[in-house]
Amino acid sequence: MSVPSPVGAPRSRWSRLRGELRLWRPLDLVGVASAWLVGALLVLVAASLLIYMGYKGLQYVNLDLLVSRPQPGSDQSQTGGILDPIIGTLLIIVIATAIALPLAVGAALWIVEYGRPRWLARVVESGIEVIAGAPSIAIAIFGLAIFQLPLFSWASFSADGGGVFGRSFIAAGVVMSLIAVPSIFATTREALLSVPRHVREASFGLGKTRWATIRRVLLPTVRPDIATGTALGMGRIAGDTAIIVLLLGATLQLQAGSDIPGIGTLQGTGSTLTSYVYNNSPTGEGNAPEKAYAAAFVLMLLIIGLNLLVAIIGRRRAGNDLPR
Amino acid sequence: MLRNLRKPLTDRGAERILGASAVMVVLVIIAMIVFIAIAAWPSFQHNGLRWFGSGPDVDAELGAMIDQGANPKPSAYEFRAWPLLYATALTTVLAVGIGVVVSVLASIFIVELAPPKVRAVVVPVVRLLAAVPSVVYGLIGILVLVPFVNDHLIDEGQRESVAYVITLSGPGLLVSVVLLTLMITPIMISLVVDALSAVPRGWREGALALGVTRWRAVMSVSVRAIRPAIVAAAVLASARALGEAIMLSMVSGSKGFAPQPWDGVIFLFEPLRPLAATIAEQSEGIAAPALKSTIYAMALVLLVSSLFLSIGGSLIKRRLRLGTAR
Repeated sequence: MSVPSPVGAPRSRWSRLRGELRLWRPLDLVGVASAWLVGALLVLVAASLLIYMGYKGLQYVNLDLLVSRPQPGSDQSQTGGILDPIIGTLLIIVIATAIALPLAVGAALWIVEYGRPRWLARVVESGIEVIAGAPSIAIAIFGLAIFQLPLFSWASFSADGGGVFGRSFIAAGVVMSLIAVPSIFATTREALLSVPRHVREASFGLGKTRWATIRRVLLPTVRPDIATGTALGMGRIAGDTAIIVLLLGATLQLQAGSDIPGIGTLQGTGSTLTSYVYNNSPTGEGNAPEKAYAAAFVLMLLIIGLNLLVAIIGRRRAGNDLPR
Repeated sequence: MLRNLRKPLTDRGAERILGASAVMVVLVIIAMIVFIAIAAWPSFQHNGLRWFGSGPDVDAELGAMIDQGANPKPSAYEFRAWPLLYATALTTVLAVGIGVVVSVLASIFIVELAPPKVRAVVVPVVRLLAAVPSVVYGLIGILVLVPFVNDHLIDEGQRESVAYVITLSGPGLLVSVVLLTLMITPIMISLVVDALSAVPRGWREGALALGVTRWRAVMSVSVRAIRPAIVAAAVLASARALGEAIMLSMVSGSKGFAPQPWDGVIFLFEPLRPLAATIAEQSEGIAAPALKSTIYAMALVLLVSSLFLSIGGSLIKRRLRLGTAR
């Protein structure tokens, strides 16, 4: 039995813990210990990942690398920089977000504010969950089937025989927007559901229509959540490799698909940071690990930046914002 | 016309536009399944149910499809996917199995055990691990883990014992499962943490008041109450694990080989290649009709299984009603 501590003097945390632990069964202690172990392990893995990538990245990244274009070369010292992949990544993020944002917000608004007929609303909800779970490689190969149709010959360049190449910034961006839809939809829907009923009723009471309520009351309220969802979606777009490898051609430099400036680039092929890392890893043709580390470091910075953005926006929101 | 557009939307117009965007998402999924199924049809037509069976050598079959060029003979469609299907199932089951244990323990740690200061570190860490792109995991795998396994874990005797079938050079089951687990665990933790923190306080306090320790209360009340959420997390995570292509194509060894569990420790080092990784690697030869159809057939198998997993997972999740149900 434990000796009772003198009355009045508060027992220290440790002695209280020791007293409690004596009553525990050994198996429970193993459980608690393993839970702590798992927690520590997660932190350890993340820390070593960050430190290792940071170390390798800072070793190989320099300004010259960031602003020069990649070149074909047999040796790592000749293969140039990663300017084109960076531009490619930003371009894909912009195209895909521009398509996904209205689609996802529109779907969420319709589900929460209208949602009739019920069965259709339920089908749409499960549809978005299916997209969230669908392998991006399957989505990519579907995109290839679509954009190789003669109907979409304007979106990429065609071979002389009439075969459509099907790989371009337009194709990759459009297909990539599907990846971002679920996260934007989910955060927007949750936020709309958490807006109290009386807010809408107050707006109706002032004689506003449903649409005016959405425009003037609901959308401004849920704007931070839409931003959170968009930033999460952008992170998923920036991190996806399968769609880029299949639908962007993963060429070293940006190659215009036609002579029209601007639009030609969109019709052409290119690469992003993810496909650059993939191609320069020992599995790809490039095999330039230093360049791969440098590009992966820049990619990680982008992803961490987007996550910090989510954290800053999310500070005002309640609940845990673990990924989903 | 233009002036018409500037006027505020009428309610009915708004409903139609918003509804259209919602319906569009569903149409895309239907189109996805239809298009992939049409392109996959020749492969299933030639092989029938034997498509799922085992054959002599998958990689040789895939190579033959490219060699046949633009006008393949019907025999070129010959394909037996078993090693790839087995590799997909093996990596998924192992990763999700480890992931369930890890994520439940981690969630208990986050919700019940960790002091607020520690929790403030662990939660961002989980978020970070989920956000790391798969290609970065793959890069670390192939440049750090694979050489480590090759240099320190495989000895020469093991290498020679299987040299007549496969070469063990590091990439394989062990590295694949470790990285896959790392990739899917954060998603599971997120779902389990949500459920665990939604368990009504009173339920746990009731158990504590009966005199059990805190750990017992968590295990017997909270974890038992959120069992549907744990199953849902496992199901949704397996949908993710099934579809992981890039990371696995980098570290799995890229060989159409079915690892044999009765090989003992060597089992862990044997190379393999799941379906999704096969699609990513073979997509360059997609101009050859036989290979194209085979690739789409693989994509269809992946898509349909992930479809069932996502719908199943969300149905199970819906059953979890804490606090409202008695």
